[in-house]
Amino acid sequence: MSARDNILGRVRRSLGVSGGDAQRRAAVVSRLAEAKSGLIPARGQLPREERIEVFAKYAEKYGATIARVGSIEHLPQEVSRYLKSNNLPASIRMGEDPLLKDARFESEPMLTVISGASDGTDVAGVSHARGAVAESGTLVLASGPNNPVTINFLPEHHIVAVRAADVGASLEEAFAGITATYGKGEMPRTVNFVTGPSRSGDIEQKIIMGAHGPRALHIVIIG
Amino acid sequence: MQITTPNFKENATRALGDAALQKALKNVEIGFIAKRLAAADALPEFEALRDNARDIKNHTLAHLDLYLEEYEKKVIASGGHVHFAETAEDARAIILDICRKRNAKTVTKGKSMITEEIELNDFLEKNGITPVETDLGEYIIQLRGETPSHIIAPAVHLNKDQVEADFRRVHTHLPPERDLSQHEALLNEARQVLRQRYFEADVGITGANFLIAETGSSVIVTNEGNGDLTQTLGKCHVVVASLEKLVPTLNDCAQILRVLARSATGQDMSVYTTFSTGPKRADDPDGPEEYHVVLLDNGRTAMLGTEFQDMLRCIRCGACMNHCPVYHAVGGHAYGAVYPGPMGAVLTPSLSGIEVGGHLPNASTFCGRCESVCPMRIPLPKMMRHWREREFEKHLTPSAARYGLKFWAFFAKRPKLYRAAVSVVMPLLSVLGGTSRRISSLPLAGGWTKHREMPAPEGKTFLQAWAEKQAREGGR
Ligand code: SF4
Repeated sequence: MSARDNILGRVRRSLGVSGGDAQRRAAVVSRLAEAKSGLIPARGQLPREERIEVFAKYAEKYGATIARVGSIEHLPQEVSRYLKSNNLPASIRMGEDPLLKDARFESEPMLTVISGASDGTDVAGVSHARGAVAESGTLVLASGPNNPVTINFLPEHHIVAVRAADVGASLEEAFAGITATYGKGEMPRTVNFVTGPSRSGDIEQKIIMGAHGPRALHIVIIG
Repeated sequence: MQITTPNFKENATRALGDAALQKALKNVEIGFIAKRLAAADALPEFEALRDNARDIKNHTLAHLDLYLEEYEKKVIASGGHVHFAETAEDARAIILDICRKRNAKTVTKGKSMITEEIELNDFLEKNGITPVETDLGEYIIQLRGETPSHIIAPAVHLNKDQVEADFRRVHTHLPPERDLSQHEALLNEARQVLRQRYFEADVGITGANFLIAETGSSVIVTNEGNGDLTQTLGKCHVVVASLEKLVPTLNDCAQILRVLARSATGQDMSVYTTFSTGPKRADDPDGPEEYHVVLLDNGRTAMLGTEFQDMLRCIRCGACMNHCPVYHAVGGHAYGAVYPGPMGAVLTPSLSGIEVGGHLPNASTFCGRCESVCPMRIPLPKMMRHWREREFEKHLTPSAARYGLKFWAFFAKRPKLYRAAVSVVMPLLSVLGGTSRRISSLPLAGGWTKHREMPAPEGKTFLQAWAEKQAREGGR
């Protein structure tokens, strides 16, 4: 008998059930198939324009800074402004994400754009979040060929673009979006839910920003 | 697990006389409680979400065999590997095997209580592999050769100057005249030192807060980002998780996530909640080439179907110890077990046997605060009483009962513990049905009964309840 069989056997003996019980199996199959949403707090059920307000409120509560621009072509300018106002070099690390490509960073000739995964030397990284969760001020970033995970964690400053239309109200909405893109029960390798910049309270419970991930998170809402 | 639990009284006596520890423990009492309360109060649906969280885990545990099978299928379908480990020893052997196949020299680790439970670090070192803890608190205690004293704040027993001394002792490549007087400087130094280690690591090991049957994902919930760097930069990601981490769906996970961070640190969400599914995909520019999940039993299946099954709902938020007057008084190391505080008092005898951990449930004032804040509504005091009853059945009764009484005498003679046992927390007892009979036979019964007329509403601090009572009575 394998460890697997022993463990499953012990679970069944302890519960006093058999693996072949059709009713139990049906309960599990339907729960997984339906994947019903549970209780969504009122705070997670807001109409569109209010969502953006609430999203910004919580993201700021957790230490992010927020800017809003009218359309994606204004992103490069906002990135330059952010870097300048924080006295940072005019250089960013960025994936080949289609939305970020549409931003046409050539419009900022002084800005160096390095593409691909981060090697840990970048001061600033730019990502596109596929969604956001208003109820907690959380960004939703999915990995993929054009979306390296390392950019979310290695640069000191993380600048994240999210389209206003993609700001959802609740966690459930974010999951529904992922299911719509990747298929039921399917996920990209990594989905990061990010709420504010990295921090640690491990020394005397005093919260200090910038533990291992970015020290600063700047969110640019598009539209 | 290195169990020193039979020495609780010696440990506690030492802890009470340790000025540095007493100073550090103040941070638990002050910080965590107020933050949790504010977060819970700010979400009107919080109590209903606790009910849902409890029900989700109850359903999962009742169908655990089937969810394990479904989960395993999904992990394999996404290109990952699942390993079942019956014991700590089996889990260690599986992990070593994975490391050896990759010729691993260095292993980075995200914070994981399960790897503490299986004592992985010692084992890896003995086998020529260097484990590097990357969570700041875990890194600090690894430098000190200590175990965590708290399940979410491993170094909560230490003060800043102790950390500074350790960094000076170990980071000898840095200029001795550097200024480490501020928290920021200490954090920066750890960040710098650990940065290189992520890139050097052959294998990254993390725990999991949840495993999702619907998608085959493992989930980590952190604030620092070290777990993410560990599992992204290591060429091979190994997840070590116990069986009960399973939940059916992403939406089920959402219900529990809403109570986890609020109960632990008072955040609406922790900074990073990360879902990992399989290894990196063919065209992904980063991420691990291999993905393994080690599913650990180590005594859990024996808890199913018993009066201790409810303990398997635990999501390791730490709220029970943050609100425990005994924990506040003596800290986590005094318990002498991997898992301290009320959850540890129930789990340790369950996992390690009644002979080693069976008296830990006595390290409690039965005030009921732990249950009142547990997001999963685990009846911790009731289960601690169950352990006492088991001692009865085991014919340990006469000595155990005497021991129990001695325990209370021990508490009564020590001012800090005595205050904990009879003062602020006592009013909360009255919200717990059925405890009074047992308690009235104990030496502090006078303290209990005296205060039992004044129930404090759940989730309020005593001072708030008191102020409200005064106001009510004043208005009459
Ligand atoms: S027993 Fe409850 S309060 Fe304690 S750690 Fe577990 S879930 Fe949190």
